Amino acid sequence: MSTLGTPTPLAIVEESIPNARQRRRGARTTRIRGSRPGFWVYATLGVVFISAVFPLYWSFVIGAGDSTTLRNDFAWIPGQNFIANVTAVMNNEAVNFWPALWNSIYSSFLIAASVVITSTLAGWAFAKLRFRGGPALLVFVVATMAVPQQLGVVPLYILFSELGWTGQIGAIVIPALTSAFGVFWMTQYLRQAVPDELIEAARVDGASMLRTFWTVGVTAARPAAAMLFLFTFVGAWNNFFWPFIVLDRQNPTLPVALSLLQSNYFVDYSVVLAGVILATIPLLLLFVFAGKQLVSGIMAGAVKG
Amino acid sequence: MTATDSRQATRADSPEPLRQPRVISFSHRLSRWDLKLSPYLYISPFFIMFAIVGLFPIAYTAVISFMDWDLVRNEGTFIGIDQYVWILTQPHFWTALRNTFSIFLLSSVPQLILATFIAAVLDRNIRAKTFWRMSVLVPFVVAPVAVGLIFNAIFADQSGLINTWLEGLGLTAIPWHVEPFWSHVAIATMVNYRWMGYNALILLAAMQAVNRDYYEAATVDGAGPIRQFFAITMPSLKPTLIFVIITSTIGGLQIFDEPRVFDQFGRGGAAQQWLTITLYLYDIGWGQWNFGRAAAMAWILFLLILGIGLINLLVTRGLVRDEGRRGAASRRQIRAQARAAQKQVKEAQR
Repeated sequence: MSTLGTPTPLAIVEESIPNARQRRRGARTTRIRGSRPGFWVYATLGVVFISAVFPLYWSFVIGAGDSTTLRNDFAWIPGQNFIANVTAVMNNEAVNFWPALWNSIYSSFLIAASVVITSTLAGWAFAKLRFRGGPALLVFVVATMAVPQQLGVVPLYILFSELGWTGQIGAIVIPALTSAFGVFWMTQYLRQAVPDELIEAARVDGASMLRTFWTVGVTAARPAAAMLFLFTFVGAWNNFFWPFIVLDRQNPTLPVALSLLQSNYFVDYSVVLAGVILATIPLLLLFVFAGKQLVSGIMAGAVKG
Repeated sequence: MTATDSRQATRADSPEPLRQPRVISFSHRLSRWDLKLSPYLYISPFFIMFAIVGLFPIAYTAVISFMDWDLVRNEGTFIGIDQYVWILTQPHFWTALRNTFSIFLLSSVPQLILATFIAAVLDRNIRAKTFWRMSVLVPFVVAPVAVGLIFNAIFADQSGLINTWLEGLGLTAIPWHVEPFWSHVAIATMVNYRWMGYNALILLAAMQAVNRDYYEAATVDGAGPIRQFFAITMPSLKPTLIFVIITSTIGGLQIFDEPRVFDQFGRGGAAQQWLTITLYLYDIGWGQWNFGRAAAMAWILFLLILGIGLINLLVTRGLVRDEGRRGAASRRQIRAQARAAQKQVKEAQR
């Protein structure tokens, strides 16, 4: 910093190179702090924004049209048929839309809630309690994250068919009740969020382990738990491979139902895409409310590693 | 822990007229057990569940892969490595392997380049930061199946948006569902759409961890923004980039959802143009109902992932050292970082 005695060199650089990297953070000279990037930055971001949102908008346009809309050269304005197409999706017997929506909501909720609870417990133990074998077990937890889902599906399918659970939502909830990533996430968070002195103080005051966990641990874990809940919920909602294998067609989740929309020999894209929009709306709503947290979750998870 | 113990002992010794000494010693003993057992109790839900739905299936997959599984009796007869031999001699397996790698390369390479570029743009001093960051993440919440269906309509051969545009421009339509290469491009586009913003945010986090003084010094030295990007930003991003590569490799080798819904039959195309390994695994297991072969296929896939992961790790180890303090990592990257760190610790101990 001291090398920047005079603002002159910077000013020159700024004028001669319009795109000169101007930094928000750590930019401690007034010159740098105040400056804003030029038009092309916003143009780029605009293009990125459009490419992120356009496919969704376009599928709404088609989903609100009739079966000929796709063939029309350039459809840009949504048609009048969205309600009709949505009704067609809802009434399609092959799709079972309402059971699918309900299944998705409650299975994702159960999975996310269970993952948060079990991960917070285990994360607390790994982060703040000392016990024989603890570090080794944590390494084991991390190692399990490398195993692909496909490696377990055949025996799990056999297991659930023996139990008579194939086609039941339980078959997708049970295997997802805990998450190695969740345990690792909470361990990382609690390790730096709770000072050891706080736990000692609670213990000295005569609090039991469970009470210490409840008053100190759970309180401190709340932000990370909310993040974990969001990520697990989105992941469970969007999961396709295992539900597609184990659920039967009468009792699907939304992604499975969506895939069935298209499996008829005649594909009416306006109905298919109306279904896609319909099934995407719940998570888009979630995103509107919690998108900020999702973003900061990704960024926080990234920085903490 | 020892401190806690001794203090509690003091507390127990201190005279408390209202309590019976016997009760105190009982609660003391209880507290000692509490201290010893609680950690195991807290981690037990994860490990019990993992034993049932993780460890047992993995081991059992290995067993089944050496069997000819009878679906009616739900039993198998041991037949050795025949299932593995069968798979490795299937032309479809090699097609699926080629397709998987092709889709993976077509998705991860442009994706990482664009994600880095987007991250660099987001890293600038822009207005409405949160809005832009959120907007790149929108595709992340859309289910892969939904993305697949949307892009399947966009890439439709006859009436799709892209072909309509191409024809409007006087060009020939592209046979997205016929030519293997173009089908891979279409599927890779879906993957890119869904993951680009996510990776951009991870890379953005890594960029923000770079010491800003470097840029100021470089500016003073007269380095332009492009020079700064390649001389400062990229070297600092290297570990993060490598971890993103590892994670997208692991994810890419398992791709299923998008190729599954790329046509209404879900079997990878008439001539297996976009048949992937997992799609093939599904078809063997739940199309042909041959669990022994599906299990063998799962192990082959796992060994592939493991092998490529190890290669990545070996490459990574050499490169990570040049920047020790970098922290950008997604969930998978965190894992990979942890693994790399452990490896280094082991090396050091040797």
